[in-house]
Formats: sequence, C-alpha cells, structure tokens
Amino acid sequence: MSTLSIDNVSMRFDIPDGSHIQALKDITLELKTGELMSVLGPSGCGKSTLLNIIAGFMAPTEGKLTLNNVPITKPGAERGMVFQQGALFDWMSVRENVSFGPRMGGQSPSEYDENVDHLLDVVGLQDFKSKAVYELSGGMQQRVALARCLANKPDVILMDEPLGALDALTREKMQSLVLKLWKETGKTIVLITHSVEEALLLGERLLVMAPRPGRIHKEYRLPFADMGVGADLREIKKHPDYAPTREEILSMIWNMEEEIMGRTEGEKS
Amino acid sequence: MIVLLIYIVIFIVAFVVVRLITQRMTAIHDFTSLKTVTFGDESTVRPNRWASIISVASVFLIWGAFTGSHWTPVHVPGPFVGDTEFTYLLEAPDGSRDEATVFVRVFNVGEKADAMEVDPGDGFAKNDSATVLAWRSKLVPMDKNDEVTRKDGAKVVEVDGQPIEPGGTVDVADGRVVMTGKGTLNFSPDSGLQMEPVWLPPPEAVVKRLVEISKDGYQNFTLWEHLGWSLYRVILGFFLGAIVGIPLGYAMGLSDWFRGWFDPIVEFMRPVPPLALIPLVIIWAGIGETGKIILLFLASLWIMTIAARAGVSGVQITKVHAAYSLGASKWQLMRYVIMPNSLPEIFTGARVAMGVCWGTVVAAELVAAEKGAGMMIMVASRFQLTDIVLMGIILIGVIGYGIDIAMRKCEDVLVPWKGKG
Ligand SMILES: Nc1ncnc2c1ncn2[C@@H]1O[C@H](COP(=O)(O)OP(=O)(O)OP(=O)(O)O)[C@@H](O)[C@H]1O
Ligand SMILES: [Mg+2]
Repeated sequence: MSTLSIDNVSMRFDIPDGSHIQALKDITLELKTGELMSVLGPSGCGKSTLLNIIAGFMAPTEGKLTLNNVPITKPGAERGMVFQQGALFDWMSVRENVSFGPRMGGQSPSEYDENVDHLLDVVGLQDFKSKAVYELSGGMQQRVALARCLANKPDVILMDEPLGALDALTREKMQSLVLKLWKETGKTIVLITHSVEEALLLGERLLVMAPRPGRIHKEYRLPFADMGVGADLREIKKHPDYAPTREEILSMIWNMEEEIMGRTEGEKS
Repeated sequence: MIVLLIYIVIFIVAFVVVRLITQRMTAIHDFTSLKTVTFGDESTVRPNRWASIISVASVFLIWGAFTGSHWTPVHVPGPFVGDTEFTYLLEAPDGSRDEATVFVRVFNVGEKADAMEVDPGDGFAKNDSATVLAWRSKLVPMDKNDEVTRKDGAKVVEVDGQPIEPGGTVDVADGRVVMTGKGTLNFSPDSGLQMEPVWLPPPEAVVKRLVEISKDGYQNFTLWEHLGWSLYRVILGFFLGAIVGIPLGYAMGLSDWFRGWFDPIVEFMRPVPPLALIPLVIIWAGIGETGKIILLFLASLWIMTIAARAGVSGVQITKVHAAYSLGASKWQLMRYVIMPNSLPEIFTGARVAMGVCWGTVVAAELVAAEKGAGMMIMVASRFQLTDIVLMGIILIGVIGYGIDIAMRKCEDVLVPWKGKG
C-alpha cells in the first residue's frame, strides 16, 4: 500500500531583520492511497507551507517526507497541484493545457488523446477544447486546472484553496465534481480550504491546524465525503452529525483567531 | 499666434457642431453608450472619429490657408502683388519743391517682372519705376534721375503727402515706405499673413515634389531607394539587436551570474540616448553602412535585453510550479512556459525599439549618409528646398506610424492573450 508520510516536519523562515517565523512545527502525518484529507486553520497557520513542502517546491528545515518510501526532494509528476488561480498557461488552448503533462512526459498524441478527451468530458468542457483559457470563466478555468492535473495521472493531488475564488453555486458544483473524481480515480487528495463547510463535505479526514507555531491541532474522521459521492450536498448538510461538528470546528477556529488577536494586542500594549 | 487662435476656434466650433449633430443622430445604443458613468471611466473614452477627421483636415486647411494653396477655399490675406505707386516730395537746397511718383511692380515668387516704362513727368523731380518681389523690400533710388539729387543737397520731405525724415516710416497704398538714415526710400509691399514658400510651401507644392521625386529620384537615388535604405538599416539593426538582446535578457532573467555581470552594463547603457553614440560610432566605424548598423544594433540591443529580462521576471511563480509539478524539465519549462510568457513583454520592447531605431536612423542620416530619408531632407535643407524637407518629414512620420501599426497587428496575431491572463 502506497502512502504519503510526513515525519516530524518543521519549517522555519529566517527573515532578513534577524528574527524568524516558525511556520510549521513537528508535523507528523500519514496518508494512505485513496484518502481525501481536507486541511483547515486560521490564516497564516502554515497550510500553504505544508502543501508546498509536499509538492517539493521547498525543503523543510527539519524532518523528512516520503511518497511510497521515496524521499520527496523536488517537484515531480507523481504529485499534482491545483492552484487557487492563475496557474493555467494563457498561451495554450484548453486542450493544450490539459495535455501538457503527458506531452512533457514525451507521450505521443495517440497515447493521451483518449484520456484527455475523456477528462474534458468529465469536467464538462468538451465544447471548449479549442478555446483560449482567457476566454473562460473562473469556474471553467478551475475545471481546466483540475483536468490538467488529472491528465498527468499523479498519485497524490494537492489543492491549495482550489475553489476559493468561485461563487457559491459554482463552488458547490465543483465540490461534487471533486468528490466524484476522488471516488472514480481513487487518488490521494489533500485539499486546503478556508471554508468549514467545504472541509466537512470534502474531508474523509479533516485536519485542523493551529498557528504560531503551525501545528496539527485536531484530526477528525468524517462520514460526509463518502455520503456525498453522487448525492445532493445540501442533503448531507441535514445529517444530524453535520451541524454539531461544524459548530465545534467553527468555535475551535474562532478561539484560535481570538487568541491571535489577543496576543498581538497584548504585545502592543 | 493667429494660427494658434484659429486652431483653438476650429477645435471648439467643431466640438460643439459635432456634439449637436451626433446628439440628434445617435440612436445606436451599444454597451458603452449605455454606461452612465463616463467621466473618469477610461474605458468609455474612445477616440472620436469625427474629431480625428476634423483634426487632420483642419491642419491641412490651416496649412493651405496660410500658404495660399489652390486646394483650400479660404485664405488669409496674401502678400500684395501687382502695380502700385506712391509719391514723394523733393526739396532742393534752394527751398523749391517738386513732386514725383514712384511706380512699383510687385511680382510673385517664380515670376518674372519687367520694370514699367514711365513718363518722367515735369518738374525737377522725375517719376521712377521699380520692381520688387513679394515679401521683400527694395531701396528706391528715386533721385537718380532727378535734376537735383541728394548729392546736390536735395532731400525727400514728404511721401504721399505725409512728412518723413530719416528713420521715419509712412504707410502708403499697398505697403510701407521707410526712409533710411541716408535719406533713401525703402519700399516694402504688404506681406499679408501668408507664409513665404521658402518657409512653408503650400501642400500642393509638397505633393508635386513627391510626384516629381518618386519619378526622377533625388541625389542619385530614387525616392524608394532612399526610404528603402532607411528601412533596411532599421530592420537589420533591430534584428541584430534582438538576436543578441533577447537571449541575453533571458540569461539575465535566469542566472544570477549573468544578471550580476550584465546589470551594470545594461543599466549604464540604458539611459544613454543612441544619438549620443553617433560621434563615437563614426570615429570607430566611419560613416558607412557598418557604422549605422552598429548604431541601430546598440539602440535596440538594450531595449530588447531589458524587455526579455522583464518578460522572464514577470512569469508567475505558480505557472512555474505548475509546470514542474506536471513533470516539465528545465528545458521544457524554458520552451513552453518562460518563452511564451515573455512574448508580450518582448513585443512591447520590439515596438519601442523599432520606434527608437527609426528615429535614430534618420538622425544618423542627417549627420552623414549618401542615401536615406534623413540624408534627403538634410541636403534639401541646405538648398532651402523646404518642400522636399516637408515631404521627407511627412514620409518619415507616415513610415514610423506604419511600422507601429504593423507591429501592433503582429502582436494581436502572435500574442492574443496579452493583458488578459
Ligand atoms: N517565503 C516566506 N518567507 C517568510 N515567511 C513566510 C514565507 N512563506 C510563508 N511565511 C510565513 O509562514 C506562515 C505560514 O504561511 P502560510 O502561507 O503557509 O499560511 P496559510 O496557512 O497558507 O495562510 P492562508 O490561509 O492565509 O493562506 C505565515 O506567518 C507567513 O508569514
Ligand atoms: Mg495559504
């Protein structure tokens, strides 16, 4: 069984003025293949930093990460990333964007054509294949980003607030899409979000992080993601456990924010 | 002064008239015309086509009006041309006075005028005749033929019945008479408000020149050779500059060693105007083709380097991360992400560089050349052939504008995503 394992990872940013920020402290985590984990936490608690380390964009100051027992040292095709926005290639058509990974991997069109077309179907962009990406709406662009990531067949998909810039309705549709793709493809997914609702719906596992230093505060295992596959997400929200869990997490994050505020105010006075 | 005033009046009148007419006529309601907030919303400000047309037309109108062009219906008063006369009263040393008339024939530029035959008349002061070119003045040796001359102590005391003394001025029918310190009369016919052709030829003269030179050529080369050479130099110099500058800019954007090494050079050369290099290039490479190409190469090199560097620096880090996460190699990142991403910047640079090169080539040709647009106007100006100078300036402007339009069209085709990402 392949796993993503994060072992005692810490990240410290040295700031030119001599001080430093402890963005992550002793993060230990293990993700099995096919697990869907959402990550929540107040702003600045190190969520993006953690994801960037998993993606291999930066090396942690301490600790080590392995995927299928291979150490992670740099970005690689086995770990796909979906960014919040602006990561599509404007100079390529929708189809060229989606087939980017296979093309870079040296595949011939006959090898990837079918899969790319299938993915464009799945994300509902079959009619926009040859459009330029700047001609698409924000939601459509995120679907392209998702398809592009999937076309490269990564083992792990990392998403940093992929739906953050979308309106509520589009967002809900995209959430269903993510769930569907997760079940169909069986990928391991790490999804960062600011929305507690989204974290509940899309988190088979839900990680709440706390700031200063960034650490794991609490972890949940939730049934909602499984239920949500192919179902109406609004129905899930009526589940008796849903609202209490949401309230619990909300007040948890609320308290953390309060604490940060209090601390900065205390520092000032 | 008057020209400026007329221009402002045309501007205001045209504005009011066009506003009134279009307000009546427009029933078209496109999206922009439905916007209620227009003042301050830059996107609603589109060049008014009427304004552009009237603007260009009024330049020609004013040009024509002030040069007496046959093409414009209205003219400001021109110089006096034709026959006129004034009288002078000569006083002999013995106090006796006699009046005589000076007949003046004022002729136009390019015409020939014969002096009028005049009847000497009676008395000791005899009638005179003189010819003078429009816009010029003429000393009238009025007493040469008189029985008592200034040498004998005679002097002019009145012109057209008005008293005059040395240094004084009298307005006569179609001009002015000034008495010099020595007592001679100097007649200047009315010059009107029009410009002398030597200063500003009328538009048709420029067009005539254009036709003539495009048929017969000028200074051993046809017009098209002159312009073609200038254009050829610009394009060759620009391409050499781009071929070296773009890779250099990429290298500076991607490698700290290249950046450190070339930054001082580029930053130093950037503010040096290419024109300032002309003397040095002439010393080094002479005034021939090589020197000009080197100059244009240098003019475009720094612009293209900086544009390419900016293009590389401008790539969003998420795009780079995305490409690496999708398995791209460094070379693939370069080829499929960094190069296309930098194209808009490079095109902007190329437009600037082309403009600078075009200006520089004309300046270099002004200094020294045997062919080229700049050389043409320089030589023409030495012979006061203002119409050729004007024609050259207009052609230089038109070509420069044409280059810019061509570059913009290329841009639209090659980097359609510009400004939309
Ligand atoms: N390159 C960097 N240099 C210095 N400090 C950094 C850098 N990147 C992140 N940090 C700091 O690390 C901490 C965590 O940042 P991170 O971006 O991971 O937060 P986050 O949880 O993703 O926040 P948000 O929810 O707002 O995106 C912050 O305090 C931030 O200031
Ligand atoms: Mg973040």
